[in-house]
Amino acid sequence: MLLIPCPWCGERDESEFACGGEAHIARPPDPDALNDAEWADYLFMRTNPKGSQRERWCHTHGCGRWFNVERDTVTHRILSVYRMGEPPPKDAP
Amino acid sequence: MTSPRYSIFSLARNALGYHRSWSRAWRSPEPQPSYDVVIVGGGGHGLATAYYLAREHDAGSIAVLEKGWLGGGNTGRNTTIIRSNYLWDESAHLYEKSLKLYEGLSRELNFNIMLSQRGVLNLAHNEHDLKELSRRVRAIRLNGIDSEVLDPAGVKAEVPIVNTSPDVRYPILGASIQRRGGIARHDAVAWGFARAADARGVDIVQNCEVTGIDVSGGRVTGLRTSRGRIAANKVGLVAAGHSSVLAAMAGLRLPIESHTLQAMVSEPIKPILHGVVMSNAVHVYVSQSDKGELVIGAGMDGYNSYSQRGSFQIVEGQMGALVELFPIFSRLRMLRQWGGIVDVCPDASPIVGKTPVDGLYINCGWGTGGFKATPGSGWAFAHTIAQDRPHALNAPFALERFASGALIDEHGAAAVAH
Ligand SMILES: Cc1cc2nc3c(=O)[nH]c(=O)nc-3n(C[C@H](O)[C@H](O)[C@H](O)COP(=O)(O)OP(=O)(O)OC[C@H]3O[C@@H](n4cnc5c(N)ncnc54)[C@H](O)[C@@H]3O)c2cc1C
Ligand SMILES: [Zn+2]
Repeated sequence: MLLIPCPWCGERDESEFACGGEAHIARPPDPDALNDAEWADYLFMRTNPKGSQRERWCHTHGCGRWFNVERDTVTHRILSVYRMGEPPPKDAP
Repeated sequence: MTSPRYSIFSLARNALGYHRSWSRAWRSPEPQPSYDVVIVGGGGHGLATAYYLAREHDAGSIAVLEKGWLGGGNTGRNTTIIRSNYLWDESAHLYEKSLKLYEGLSRELNFNIMLSQRGVLNLAHNEHDLKELSRRVRAIRLNGIDSEVLDPAGVKAEVPIVNTSPDVRYPILGASIQRRGGIARHDAVAWGFARAADARGVDIVQNCEVTGIDVSGGRVTGLRTSRGRIAANKVGLVAAGHSSVLAAMAGLRLPIESHTLQAMVSEPIKPILHGVVMSNAVHVYVSQSDKGELVIGAGMDGYNSYSQRGSFQIVEGQMGALVELFPIFSRLRMLRQWGGIVDVCPDASPIVGKTPVDGLYINCGWGTGGFKATPGSGWAFAHTIAQDRPHALNAPFALERFASGALIDEHGAAAVAH
């Protein structure tokens, strides 16, 4: 089980959290300007990297707040945690 | 029919020779510098694709490249449930084609895949489940596929040890049953296809990892591998959990996330559970293997992972659900637990077809439920590669459906985890 450091509550068990998938997928500012392929890319396509990934988590059974986690998808090591709206830390080790 | 290669007689004969003279089931060739078709991924789907390419099409020279050992991916890690009770016509036709091929596969490959059509039950625990399941059963029957609704007494008659008491937290209100559904031996499916493909001249190369895909002028030209460059006219990617990694080598993005799906087996016990029992609502499914072990699965982990290692709370939830349904198993010990990397699509349906790169084809997104589809997927994918256009069976499962919006939502029929 992962120990996830919530920026507000500190380290808690993974079972208190829900993962919201890849982070930093911005909603296109002008959806009408997109063609179908671009819209599909926004809605469905994912990077799904083997290695470091930035993703969103919600402390559902705790404070209920969303935040970002950078995690290695092979080792599950958490590389950094930062709040919504904050820029991701410069490539963590 | 040719006589079986493995039988009680061959076993006795080889036992007398201290098992030193069994012949190899397939060759172990050095990779050639070039092939007409290269399949990446030596799981069941990749091997089935190679077999049907060699058997039904004039596809030239064919190789299967596998980074580890045959069937070491999800093919050798799954809980082997086979059924074709899917809601939409597109899925029903594809999965039913597969089930039909399974029904003749031991004979076709001259390899006993131990298909056991013992029936698959999907339980309903609330009114909504029951309505949804009844709707699905009717849709399935309209496609000419066997499926029935059982009431709680019917469930009890099929599975006497299941708890149908009305005063539990999630009472059983009914179930669907597909009697032609069941289980098969996963290794045998991989090995049977491998042996039969090899016999038709397919080079199966293990310990050969694809590290790059060469594309020139919008066309695939070959692969870079841990055993050197291999030129190819056509390449089929069949890498399940690693599909996004391979697609990225050709500059493509997929609507896929890789997650861990776990399973476990108990200590062996005497025959006690005949059919396969699945419950979407309490998140567990179980069958009993011929060795007597209970084979138990549940939902997948909630975050992306390439680790083949799952979270403990999934195991805990799965055990709770098992004991809720079968109080008799409460003191059973578990023997082994493992995980596979499943490639999940947003609509819980696979992607089988062409890609924007000429000569590059993809077969992935089977997620938690592709073992049942192994022969049908290979059959349709072989057609797609050989003819450079999809068969009617897999045309709806093209990558373009994510742009056109013609998704095939099978979250209901995909059940707990497959
Ligand atoms: C725990 C669990 C339970 C399941 N239960 C069921 C079930 O009951 N019923 C059901 O129908 N389905 C089930 N599934 C799903 C099913 O196992 C899969 O959908 C199916 O086996 C996929 O087969 P495949 O041949 O596509 O993939 P795999 O067998 O995973 O084969 C892909 C192969 O590609 C290889 N590969 C990856 N990258 C490279 C590379 N760069 N170069 C060369 N080779 C590479 C891998 O090593 C692997 O061997 C389950 C899955 C899991 C994990
Ligand atoms: Zn918190």
